[in-house]
Amino acid sequence: MTSLTTLPSGRAAIPVPRRAPRAVWSRVLDVWAMTRRNLVHISREPTQLSDVTIQPVLFTVLFIFIFGGGIPIPDGGNYKDFVLAGLLSLNLVTSTMGTAVGLSTDLNEGMIDRFRTLPVWRAAVLVGRSIADLMTAMLCALIVAVTGLVVGWRPEAGVLPVIGGFFLVLFFAYSLSWIAACVGLNSKSPESAASFGFIVLFPLAFVSNTMIPTQHMPGWLQAVANWNPVSAVTAGARHLWGNPNPSGAIHAWPMQHPVEAALIWSVLILALAAPLASQIFKRRTTE
Amino acid sequence: MADGELMIEAEGLVKRYGETLALDGVDFSVPVGTILGLLGPNGAGKTTAVRILTTLARPDAGRGTVAGIDVVAHPAEVRRHIGVAAQDATLDGLLTGRQNLVLVGELSDMGRSASRARATELLALFDLSDAADRVLKGYSGGMRRRLDLAASLMARPPVLFLDEPTTGLDPTSRQAVWDAIRELLRDGVTVLLTTQYLDEADTLANQIVVIDHGRVIADGTPQELKEASRSAHLEVTLPAAHAEAVSALAPLVTGRIHVSDDGRHLSAAVDSSPGFATSVVRALDEAGVLVDNIEVRQPSLDDVFFSLTGGHIAEDDAEIDGTAGAGTGSNPSELQGAHT
Repeated sequence: MTSLTTLPSGRAAIPVPRRAPRAVWSRVLDVWAMTRRNLVHISREPTQLSDVTIQPVLFTVLFIFIFGGGIPIPDGGNYKDFVLAGLLSLNLVTSTMGTAVGLSTDLNEGMIDRFRTLPVWRAAVLVGRSIADLMTAMLCALIVAVTGLVVGWRPEAGVLPVIGGFFLVLFFAYSLSWIAACVGLNSKSPESAASFGFIVLFPLAFVSNTMIPTQHMPGWLQAVANWNPVSAVTAGARHLWGNPNPSGAIHAWPMQHPVEAALIWSVLILALAAPLASQIFKRRTTE
Repeated sequence: MADGELMIEAEGLVKRYGETLALDGVDFSVPVGTILGLLGPNGAGKTTAVRILTTLARPDAGRGTVAGIDVVAHPAEVRRHIGVAAQDATLDGLLTGRQNLVLVGELSDMGRSASRARATELLALFDLSDAADRVLKGYSGGMRRRLDLAASLMARPPVLFLDEPTTGLDPTSRQAVWDAIRELLRDGVTVLLTTQYLDEADTLANQIVVIDHGRVIADGTPQELKEASRSAHLEVTLPAAHAEAVSALAPLVTGRIHVSDDGRHLSAAVDSSPGFATSVVRALDEAGVLVDNIEVRQPSLDDVFFSLTGGHIAEDDAEIDGTAGAGTGSNPSELQGAHT
């Protein structure tokens, strides 16, 4: 055998058996193939989809008819109109758990090894997953909106601001799904990834202005809630939809500028979590 | 191994997993269009070598190239030239067989319509057409293996890594896989095959490398390995016991001559040199011994392997317990608990 520094006697010419890569387009196709794979998964296990289909309908109906009458809105206003943006945030924030569980499952199966022996853009596994999850989040948003309209929610704004409100919440959920990705990639098992939902996501969604005006909370909790990104996102959507937004009377900066605050939070989270997720993914798949 | 371009080269590969030394300086090479059988018991380091050469693991020392491309420096480029059928099922259980193949094709930049056409072709080749649109969860182990092999062939790679491709297959499926591999060799594909089945290596491989405890302990063609082991066995049957028979054979054999109770059957270990049987007949004839039957049994690759490794290949799963070698009744040896 030759030593490490000597070139071997026979050196195979490099055959080019496949199309030469067109870098960017090839990456787009990789991501799209991965996205479709995840969408097929959802269609195979519709129970996974209940988080974004049955849960939003249930929550909407429960909150509006059971709690609705008992929760006064400062400066008047209808609880239905108040709570819908909160329900949208609540459902989308908790549904990011799916990203954590999905990625953890992927890592625990041999499929990742197959991907790693193919000429695939490494991040396509992550990006494809996040896009599939964004698509289910959009479905969830549609279901919340339709259920809301059926039970009497009415936005008081033009078409563009209403769409802007949905965009604001979806963008935040997308950013948050990258934190979920970090958690999923760090988890030992899909089960431990799922517990992330209950430990982190539920407090995040509830210690905020989503379900009740923060004015009723104890002082310290009120401060936390006012600076919770979920509050900014929810207040931003209420503001854009022309729905009752009691947080507008609060002097914390994010409550005074909810749309700006929501966008800043989303961009910040995305800018930190996405590179971090790809780092963790790289570490987990290197041996 | 000097003629022909080398499609796969491993030079001094070393790989540690924690305390375990999975590979301890392994060298081998595979000329274009040939098949190398990497043979060894569980935990010997076969899969680790494959993982390094397929860019899944990085060596701690040494160098690997595929199609002349360094696997550590240019993994992405290497991936354009290889197909891998790994030991663990590496397919998506929630997708159908066809969807799995099309996904692999698309991720190999084949394009959607070309991927579909190739998937249909391979599903037919591996007798999976009927199950093509069923979800993989419902596949049997043998069907999964065949689909895994099909997946590795999607992009028609010039270099194939098959890690125990027929483990757990029924004889018919096994034959089908062998036929497929022979077909590929005719097309000029280069194959690195790891296997625990000696007959598989004997039938398919041009060259065999035997590794144990992370080191190469033997290499050569199947024939060379058998000859090198010199463990041929002579059996002579006489019409009647003869006093001169033992003394006539003594100069020709290496070990003690065993004589049966009736004195008609003599057997001994011998060196298998060309024309050996002729010498036996001549020696017995000169001594006036009549012979009914004479047999020189060439060693099987199993004999070779057992003599090289201390006979622990029959082990099914290294992780189960420490009873390595129980199946062959000799020399229970330690197995490395690392990646098998």
